[in-house]
Amino acid sequence: MQLRTRALETILLEKGYIDPAALDVLIETYEKKIGPRNGAKVVAKAWTDSQYRQWLFTDGTAAIESLGFSGRSGNHLVALENTPAVHNMVVCTLCSCYPWAVLGLPPVWYKSAPYRSRTIADPRGVLRDFGVKLPKDTEIHVWDSTSELRYLVVPMRPVATEGWSEEQLAELVTRDSMIGTGLAKSPMDVK
Amino acid sequence: MNGAADMGGMHGFGPVMPEPNEPVFHADWEKQAFALNMAIGIPNIWTLDAFRFARESQPPPQYLNMSYYGLWVATLENMMLEYGLATRQELAAGHALAPVKKAAKPVTAEEAATMVRCGSPYNRSAPAPALFKVGDKVHARNMHPKTHTRLPRYARGHAGTIMRIVGCHVFPDSNATHVGEDPHWLYTVRFDGREIWGEDSDPAVKVHIEAWEPYLELI
Repeated sequence: MQLRTRALETILLEKGYIDPAALDVLIETYEKKIGPRNGAKVVAKAWTDSQYRQWLFTDGTAAIESLGFSGRSGNHLVALENTPAVHNMVVCTLCSCYPWAVLGLPPVWYKSAPYRSRTIADPRGVLRDFGVKLPKDTEIHVWDSTSELRYLVVPMRPVATEGWSEEQLAELVTRDSMIGTGLAKSPMDVK
Repeated sequence: MNGAADMGGMHGFGPVMPEPNEPVFHADWEKQAFALNMAIGIPNIWTLDAFRFARESQPPPQYLNMSYYGLWVATLENMMLEYGLATRQELAAGHALAPVKKAAKPVTAEEAATMVRCGSPYNRSAPAPALFKVGDKVHARNMHPKTHTRLPRYARGHAGTIMRIVGCHVFPDSNATHVGEDPHWLYTVRFDGREIWGEDSDPAVKVHIEAWEPYLELI
C-alpha cells in the first residue's frame, strides 16, 4: 500500500492536481488539532450551563458552532441526550460517517465490519465488547448516520462532581462516551 | 446498490476490538491516502457521493479484505482512471507519462484550511413543501437501485415514524452519478427494533435512519 500510495501522489503532483502544502495542512489538522477534546468541551458546558444544554438539544449545529466547532463533517449536528431511561449509540452501517468537527477522525473499530454490522441489530452485545452493561429496561436508541447529519452523544454527568469546573468535567468525557460505546469516567478514574 | 458496504445486520464478523490509545493514523501512507483523497475531492472533480459510490462498488471479496485506507487507495486509483487523471501505464510506472488531459488548479494550503473550517453544507432551498410531518407513519420503500443509495437494506419495506424534519438536502442517489444535486426533504425515521429484527430481538431497541422523501411512502 505504501508503494501504491506513493505512485498516486507522484502522478498527481507531476500533473499539478495536488499542492503538497495542502496535504500537509490536512494531515496536521486531523492528526493534531481536531479531536475528541472539542466534543468534551461541548459536553462539559452542557453539564454546567442549563441554558446552553437546552440550546444544544434544540439546535445542535448552532450551539456547537458557538464554541468554535464546525466545518467539514460538522455542518449539520444533532446532540443526543443520555438519561437513566435512554442510552444513545451512533453508527454508520454504510461506511464511516462520523462528526469530525467534534470528535476528529473515527477510530478503526468504528469503521470495522463487526461494529457496522452488529450495532444496529445488537447494540447491547456491542456494549458488552466495550465492557458496558446497562439495565435491561434501559431503552437503546441506535442512530445510523445515513446522511450528512452527524450525531454527538451527551453522556450522563457522573455523580459526585458537584462544583467541578467545565475544564475538570471535560477530563471525564471520553471519546467513546460521545459515540455511545462508553460512559463518562467517574471522579475515581481521574484521581 | 446492494454491495458489501451495506452490512447492517450481517452476522459472523466477530467481536468489536477497540484499540487502547489508538493513534489517528497507523502508518505514513495512511496519512497520504487520507490527504490525497481530501485534496483531490475538494475542487469538485468528483462529488463526495461519487467517491462513496466508487468505494462501495468494489467487488465484495475485495471490499471485505481491504483495510479502510487501503480501500481509499484502491478507489482513488479507479477514479483517476475513470476521470482521465491517469492511465494504467502510469499507475504501474508510478510516474506521469501522458500529457495532462485536464487543466489542473490544485487546492492550496489556504483553500484546504478553509475547506476544513467551513465544510460543505448539504441543505438547499426546497423546491416544494415537505410531504410528511413529525408523527406520520411511513414505510421505507422496497427498492434495490444498482447505483448509489443511502437507504440501508435492513430498513427497506419496514414501517417507522417520522421523528424530525431535518431539512431539504442534496440527494446522494442523484449526486453520486453526476446528474445534479436534486435536493429532497430529509427526515429522521424511527423503527421499533422488533419491526426490523423480529419478535425475538431486544424489545428495548429503537433504530433510526435519515431518509430522503423518495425513500418513503405514507402508510
